[in-house]
This record gives sequence, C-alpha cells and structure tokens, in this order.
Amino acid sequence: MDDFLVIDDVRKSFGSLRAVDGVSLSIRQGEAFSLLGPSGCGKTTLLRMLAGFEAPDSGRILIGGNDVTALLPEQRPVNTVFQNYALFPHLSVWENVAFGLRMSRRPREEIRSGVNRMLELTRLSEHSRKRPAQLSGGQRQRVAIARALVNRPQVLLLDEPLAALDLKLRQHMLVELNEIHKQVGTTFIYVTHDQGEAMSLSDRIAVMNAGRVVQVDAPEVLYETPKSSFVATFIGDANFFTGMPVELQHEGYVRVRVEGLGSPLVLGGDFVSSHEPVRIMVRPEKISLTLKRPESGDRVNAFRGVVEDSAYFGTHARYHIRAGEHVVIAQLQRSRFSGGGINPELGAEVWMSFHPDEGRVVRLEDAA
Amino acid sequence: MNGARRRSKEWVITLPSLAWLGVFFVIPAALVVMTAFRPADLHGGVMSGWTWENIETLRDPAWLPIVWRTLWLSSVTTFACVVLALPMVFQMARSGPRMRQFLLLLVVIPFLSNFLIRIFAWKSLLHPEGMLTKLLVHLHLAPENALLLNNSGAVLLVMIYTQLPFAILPLYAASEKFDFQLLDAARDLGAGPWRSFTKVFAPGVRRGILSAVVMVFVCSLGQYVIPQFVGGASDEMLGNKIQQRVFADRNLPHASALAAVLMAVVLLPMLVVTAWQRFGRREDAA
Repeated sequence: MDDFLVIDDVRKSFGSLRAVDGVSLSIRQGEAFSLLGPSGCGKTTLLRMLAGFEAPDSGRILIGGNDVTALLPEQRPVNTVFQNYALFPHLSVWENVAFGLRMSRRPREEIRSGVNRMLELTRLSEHSRKRPAQLSGGQRQRVAIARALVNRPQVLLLDEPLAALDLKLRQHMLVELNEIHKQVGTTFIYVTHDQGEAMSLSDRIAVMNAGRVVQVDAPEVLYETPKSSFVATFIGDANFFTGMPVELQHEGYVRVRVEGLGSPLVLGGDFVSSHEPVRIMVRPEKISLTLKRPESGDRVNAFRGVVEDSAYFGTHARYHIRAGEHVVIAQLQRSRFSGGGINPELGAEVWMSFHPDEGRVVRLEDAA
Repeated sequence: MNGARRRSKEWVITLPSLAWLGVFFVIPAALVVMTAFRPADLHGGVMSGWTWENIETLRDPAWLPIVWRTLWLSSVTTFACVVLALPMVFQMARSGPRMRQFLLLLVVIPFLSNFLIRIFAWKSLLHPEGMLTKLLVHLHLAPENALLLNNSGAVLLVMIYTQLPFAILPLYAASEKFDFQLLDAARDLGAGPWRSFTKVFAPGVRRGILSAVVMVFVCSLGQYVIPQFVGGASDEMLGNKIQQRVFADRNLPHASALAAVLMAVVLLPMLVVTAWQRFGRREDAA
C-alpha cells in the first residue's frame, strides 16, 4: 500500500502565479505526512485541491485507487481541520460534531453513538452542550478534529493545526495529535510552516518551495542529509561555506578548500564535480568549541576564530565566531563546553571543530 | 467610582439624541394616544374631556378585513424581501471590494429619486397602456387585456420593490461579518451548496435577518401611499383609513385611535423581538 493517496503532476496557477507547479507525491495509508514550506510555497493550495475547494489546472489526485480530481468537496472521502477551526458558532459542540453525519443522513442512533464515541476520544464529553465561543483554544481544536474524524474520512487534512495555540498548549496538542493518529489510524496530512511541528508530527515530510516539492524524506533524514541549502535552512539552522573541491576521497568524502577555513573534509553527495564551486553545510550544534586545538588528527576539521557575540537560551547557548571573512554560528549545551570549565567569553580565541560526517555538500542553486 | 463617572459622561453624550427623541417622538406619540381618548367636534376640532367612544368604534367587525389585509400584505412583503435579499447579500459579501461597492451603490441608487416619483413610475409601467404590460402581452406572458394595476398584486410588487433595500442593508452588514470559511467547512462535511446556505449561512446572519424583518415589517404596516396609487378599492390598508380620517373626515380623535392601535401592533412584536434577542445574547455569553 505504498500509493494510497497519489498526487500525480498536479498544477495550479492563479493568473500568472504558479501556485503549485507540478507536484507528484505518493502517501501511504495510515501515514502521518506533512507539507512543509514558507508561506506562498503552494502547500495550502495543494491542501485545498486535496479537499476539493480548488480544481487543479492539470494532473490527477487518487485516493485508494479512485480518481477524485473531479469530485466536489462534499463528495470526497476527505475531511479537513481548518486553521481557525471554522466551528459553527450557532451550534453546540455536540451538533458541530454531528453535522457531517447529519448531512449524509445517517440513522439517528448511528449519529448519537458516533458523536458520543468521538467526544470521548477527544475528551470533550462534558462540554458537549457548550457553544464554541465558550471553549478554550485547545478544546476548540479537539472539536474540529472530532467533527472531521467522526465521518471516518480516508484522509484527514490538517491546515496549520497548532498555529492558533500558545506555546505550552502547542506542545500538549502535539502529543495529543500523535495519540489520536495512533488510535484512529487514518492517513493524516498536515500543512505547516513550522519545521518543529512537522518534525514531531510526521512520518515523512515534503518540503515545498515556490510551488514545487524540493525533498521528501523522514524528519531525521531531512535534518541530517538535506539535499539543498533551502532545505538545510528551512529545517533547522545551518552554516554555509562556499569553496572549491580539491580532493575526492573514497566513500564519498571530499576535501573542499574554503577561503579562511583551510580545507575541511566533508561528505560529498552527488553534487560534486571537480571544477565548480560547491556549498557545504554544517549544523551549529555539530560544531564543538575548545580552547586548545583538538587532538585527533586529520579526520577532524578544526579552525580558529574569535567569539564575537553570544546569546543564552536556557537549553543551549549560541555563539557567533569570526574566522576571517566568515561568521560561524555554533550552538552548545553549556555543560558540553570542554574548555576547562569556563565558558567562552566575548573576544576569546577558540577552536571550532566538526567531524567530516557532519559537514555535507548541498545543492547551490536554490539558496533560501 | 471611576466607572460611575464614566457612565455619567456617556449620559451627557446621549443627551442631544435623547432630547430629540423626546421632543419629536415620545411627546407626539403620547399626544396621539391622548387624542384617541378625546371627543371630536363636527368642525374637525378636538374637544376637552375623555371618552372611550373612538376606541369602541374600532370593535366594529368591518375593521377586521382591513387589519387582516394590512398584516397579510406586510408579512408577505417581509418574507419576500428577506428571501430575495439573502442570496443577494450572499453574493455581495463574496465579491471583491470593488464589485461590492458597485453592488451596494446599485442598492442605494433608487433612494436618489423621490419615493412618490418611483411609485408613479410603477403606475405608468403597470398601466394597461404601459410598457411593462405591453411587453408581457407581446411575449404572451400575460393575456391580451391584462390588468396589472389596481389590484393587490400591484400593491405587493411595489411594496417589495420599495422595501427591498431595507432588507438588504442590515443583512449585508451581518453577512460582511460572516466567516465564509464556515461554508468551506460545511461543504467539507458533506453539505451541498443549498444546505450550506440554509444550515450555515442563514443561521450565521440570523441577527441581520431579525433586523431586516423588523425594518421591513414595521415600515410596511404604516404604508398608505402605495395602496392608494397602485392598489384597487379593496386594497386599502390601515394607513389609508388613518389618512381618510384626518384629511377627508377631519376626525382627529378617530384617526388617533387607529394610529394608536397600529402603534401597539408595531411595538408589541418589537418588544418580543428585543426580549428574545436579549435572551439569545445571554445564552451565547453563558
């Protein structure tokens, strides 16, 4: 069942704007899948086409082998949790959840048991007679989820489901959404611009930019091996250095000469040809800071710099370190700074180092 | 203390409008009710002293059909206006800002020409020799010697025409505040266009519907110009009778009695509606 929901070369333009520019995706049944990208990347348009609110200019959408491209929203086996929940203000929680079943004219008894079961799953039973205006943000969102899931959709679409919640509630709902997904086993498709949200909610993420899918992978693969600088910056922070490849080694390692940083050894990927400049990427938390030059030979990349700026975030601290023309961002947990028990001070000279596996060459063209 | 002071300031601000309402509405209305209990003299004057006579004469069963007709015509007008206005404001609220301004202008434009002139225009349109009649006959949509004028159909048509903007404006105000994403949600949950409209949009603008109903119904109840110009002899409404009592019979007390009854007919439903709205609001806030 690798291709339960198939998006086949879907395109959609608004005037001269190509909102969705040839997207193809295969999503497994029961998968939690995220469409991630900055605003205007086409993810919301794609979601609206999955729900049936927009018709693609070309391409097909298949669910469980059936072509649903031409179906109206009310005819699709798909339900949506809207960004601002779009609960019906004139109906009680119970009636909101019952709306879909009533529209499909199910028998009264089935509606009652279905709604009650759903309210139990989302722990809303005691609020069933309240109006949406009387609920907290988290409760409203659970109503929106219950209202969609009660119809037993084959695919549940969630549009920025956590954006309207404050930080504490968001962390709580992350756990809750994962829990609900596990219990119902429906295919969940999230649309979000928040990489943290996408990473913790999904089995796989499609990163979108300018109407196209740039990379589809599991969260850890996206983070550890981004294929382009766009993905690298969109998911997490990254340092970029541009240089010329000078020596191709075995097992995909390549030595790149970077002005001011010597010639670090990094993983090459498929993007290296010997006479074109390449861009290498290192995550800030992969860079260690020491007062003395690290010892372990030539398979560690090490270079000197001066601490220019630092900021403390509680869970970690960030340092801006100048090395020639470069400003390198390093992120440390304080306890891991091994410079003899002291923190690097502003103006201190430190050694930065990273393992060759932590640096990699990324595609140059679509820099963010 | 602070709140009390602020409240007293708010009172000061409302004083001018309160004074206006008092001088030009409450006192005249009270005078009308008072006059309803005065005896009339034969020369059109109002005598001192009190009497029930004017009210007593309203118990004559001959009044029933007129009261009934007034209520009936006003109800049909109200219903038709709201039913016509709802899809209009739905489209207006969904169009872009420019189109919206344009449509709103179209709604308001009739007000630029005088009310009486517009009714005379209808009179000539509906006249047996009028354009509309001729056109309908020509298209075989009406029989050869169709009489479109001087019947209750004409009264209804012109009443709906004149009252429609008064239904559109409050409904438009309500639908501008309506969250149209709710319609997406309704479609998403399996409601077709018709049920999205009736189950979600109409309840969503219910306060606007209420205002529109009150506006149109109250304005219709007092109508007398339209039945006089485009209606027949048997299309008179309460307003016509009041007018006759004042200008033809010169019997102010009797006219006042009629006016007082009409006022009661108008005020009672409004009180009910206000009470219901208050109740509804409390329910929403609870």
